[in-house]
Amino acid sequence: MAFWAFIGSECLLFGSLISTYLIYKGRSTEGPTPEILNIPLTSFSTFDLLMSSLMMVLALAAVQRGDRKWANIWLFATAFMGMIFLGLQAYEFTSFVHEGLTLQANLFGATFFVLTGTHGAHVTVGVIWLLTLWGVGLKGGLTPDKALNVELAGLYWHFVDVVWIVIFTLVYLLR
Amino acid sequence: MEGQGSGTHPTVGTYVRVFGILVIVTIIEVGVFYVPTFQRVIVPILLTLSAFKFVLVVMFYMHLKTDSRFFTFLFGVPLLLAVAVIGALMLLFGVLKIA
Repeated sequence: MAFWAFIGSECLLFGSLISTYLIYKGRSTEGPTPEILNIPLTSFSTFDLLMSSLMMVLALAAVQRGDRKWANIWLFATAFMGMIFLGLQAYEFTSFVHEGLTLQANLFGATFFVLTGTHGAHVTVGVIWLLTLWGVGLKGGLTPDKALNVELAGLYWHFVDVVWIVIFTLVYLLR
Repeated sequence: MEGQGSGTHPTVGTYVRVFGILVIVTIIEVGVFYVPTFQRVIVPILLTLSAFKFVLVVMFYMHLKTDSRFFTFLFGVPLLLAVAVIGALMLLFGVLKIA
């Protein structure tokens, strides 16, 4: 219950960041505009996160039925997909900086980096959490009676995924 | 990987089918973005598709479809509040206009 309340509070955090971005993205008087955004790259990132969500539920199902081998495989695969997402985001941010879009460049840059960077920070926390669970799993600690631990990590991971679903539409496709 | 989750959770087959739908909807979203014909109606189409994906993940992957209604309340109320805040601020700052 407490974790759902936490996720609810996260909705408000991302709601405020998204509204700030939508209000200020078109008010820059100089510097790069949202036209700089790379749709093919972020489409792949979206596919990557959706795939990671599937792997997360497969990991939970494996833990619940006591299948330690597949639980470990799916948990690591989920974390690995998260790392791929972070790598693509680092590449995207770096290319934007090279094109003159920084946190200080204009209102679009400030709100874009704060919103997507906050999401990236959440993904990073999720990856660390998943790798920790994977480490526990390798030592045989992920038994069916510990499935709630994996389910909570899964809830967090899927929340990060649904936030990206919203960001992908509002920030990238409706630029 | 065959088998099922716990009694209240969807089956692995359901998880895979939901993933397939999510991927197809994402492909449609990107397709709509690139087809000039849809530019006039791109906002409602993409918002609808995005909301559909959001609901699918929350219902099936986050198990709100089968979990306690109180969890739906704990998640739904702040979510609706966040959507209301986004809409209100966009109206206030003139980004969104009521005809």
